[in-house]
Amino acid sequence: MTTQTTSTAGSEVDLRRSLRFGARPGRPSMVTWAVVVVLLAAAPFMLNNYQVSTLSRMLVFGLLAISATLLTGVTGLPTLGQAAYFGVGAYTAAIVARDLTAIGPVQVVLAALMAAVVALFTGTLATRARGVPFLMITLAIGEIAHSAATSWSSITGGSDGLSGIPRVIPLPGMDELRLDGLVYYYVLVMAVIAYLLVRALVRSPFGLVLRGVRDNEPRMRAIGYPTGRYLLAGFTVAGGLAGAAGALLVSVQRFVSPGDVGFSVAAVALLAAIIGGVGSLPGAMAGAALVVLVRDYIGTDLGGHGPLLVGAMFVAVVYLLPQGLAGVGAQVRRRIRWRRTEHPA
Amino acid sequence: MDALATNLVTVVEGVAFGLLLFTLAVGLSLVFGMMDVLNLSHGTLYLVGAYAAYALSDGSWWGLVLAIIVGTAAGVLGGGVLAGMTLPLSKRGHLDQALLTLGVAFIAGELFFEAFGHEVVPTAPPEALRGSVELLGRPYPIYRLVFIAVAGILALAVYIAFERSTLGALVRATVADREMVHAMGVDTRKVLFGVFAVGAALAALGGTLGAPLLAPGPGIDERVLVLSLVVIVIGGLGSVRGALLGGLLIGQVQTLGVSLLPDLAPFLLFGAMLTVLVIKPAGLVPAGGRR
Repeated sequence: MTTQTTSTAGSEVDLRRSLRFGARPGRPSMVTWAVVVVLLAAAPFMLNNYQVSTLSRMLVFGLLAISATLLTGVTGLPTLGQAAYFGVGAYTAAIVARDLTAIGPVQVVLAALMAAVVALFTGTLATRARGVPFLMITLAIGEIAHSAATSWSSITGGSDGLSGIPRVIPLPGMDELRLDGLVYYYVLVMAVIAYLLVRALVRSPFGLVLRGVRDNEPRMRAIGYPTGRYLLAGFTVAGGLAGAAGALLVSVQRFVSPGDVGFSVAAVALLAAIIGGVGSLPGAMAGAALVVLVRDYIGTDLGGHGPLLVGAMFVAVVYLLPQGLAGVGAQVRRRIRWRRTEHPA
Repeated sequence: MDALATNLVTVVEGVAFGLLLFTLAVGLSLVFGMMDVLNLSHGTLYLVGAYAAYALSDGSWWGLVLAIIVGTAAGVLGGGVLAGMTLPLSKRGHLDQALLTLGVAFIAGELFFEAFGHEVVPTAPPEALRGSVELLGRPYPIYRLVFIAVAGILALAVYIAFERSTLGALVRATVADREMVHAMGVDTRKVLFGVFAVGAALAALGGTLGAPLLAPGPGIDERVLVLSLVVIVIGGLGSVRGALLGGLLIGQVQTLGVSLLPDLAPFLLFGAMLTVLVIKPAGLVPAGGRR
């Protein structure tokens, strides 16, 4: 053991504990899933255009929140840099759509690949760190991506961003999608596919190793897992997922600018992951929906004070919902039990 | 010869920026490295000082003095509030502190931009320090030279206070073994509040003095936060000398990089961080090294 590890060991244990704290929400039952699927499928018939596009953006940010949860909750590495890979994916998809093909899945795959490559490269640096230094490094990566998006104008269009992106074609041979409702269904299908892939990954042996590293890295290393390589692989996958989300964002808003790569996007992704209960994929989706609702919908009604409300949500979540939305049920149940028996330690 | 002179002036520019970064980063580094509190609203404290300069600095000496007093006092107050808010979270880990302080940064930023407008506002130095002197055959703003001198004195004062004085020894002892220091009759909560207040005051003072170099506005709080984080990751957490070294290094990377390799400028920061962390994962001057 070096002096470095002993001096930070205490704080690292704290961080791990706080991450694990929210990681045990109840799994939604089949009935819950069925209700959610029916509601999502029926939504365009019940909502107006703006509400439908808000719903599409909720799905996009849900995938970004899942990407953040994959690192923060599953792997135990709190990230503030996912907007960087989101942005790489969005710009890649925008350029592919403009210059190559309007076929959506091609854009999504290329965007995910490009983002994964960038994540692999930057992740070699980031995954050397743990805990707060990791948070700092990912924050710096996000900021560098933001300044690259602003200043590398030959590719990114600078602060004007990229516009004039053609409408998305869901599959070869089909027509382009002209209605917001149809774009929403396209995003929904892609999001469901991505969600199921990530769920399979989290439940696979690979996901188990990542969770093992979160809970006790020295032990995993002692068993013989090259933990650094696993973390880098997890980082790369999370980056690719964020890139896919970025591609879907381009299909929804047909525009991308440095604002989509910014620090506040990364912060919102982390907030969504934590509101949902760290480590829970449905929780991350629900958290993202709530954050987008508050920021874009209620915030617009209150004279554009979205950031103010999001900030207030951060503060409220920390003090009131230490286990996130997914933990509310358990929290209430424990409160009731506390009253009856003595306080546990 | 001409190109050399241009680059030397850029180097001086980098020293000014580097010392500004030191003033900002050292507070963040001390609060995290010594008191184990991650404050992501550190950039907002820069805005506190910088907007104080914008609002009060009317070009006279008195305006500057008033701005310094008000900005620093507001920084102390902000640091005290943040310490009070994060105190109940000390058992819950860094992620909660990060979320809470991010939330504070969002709220405070929005209130600032509501009050002072959503544009970056230019802030002029006092009249006596406007204008420029000849430096290597080129005009160079007087204010930046004065800033270099003032920030240099500040750096020395911080170094002596934390690394060479009894008070600094008390702070470091509190970090090393809080319970023992507490048992010896010291109110360790006062030490926590004190370090937080000093760190916040340094950031706000950096804002007041640095406003003519880095004008306040939306996005500046993030930029200041990220640059400070990069500086302390490179320099080593909780180390005053690390913050100084990291600040000067990043100051050069930013100014020389933009002037020599404008296309690569955004990536140079990452490159510098990568290089340092590959060679020395704990930063250039880790705080634990001397203990």
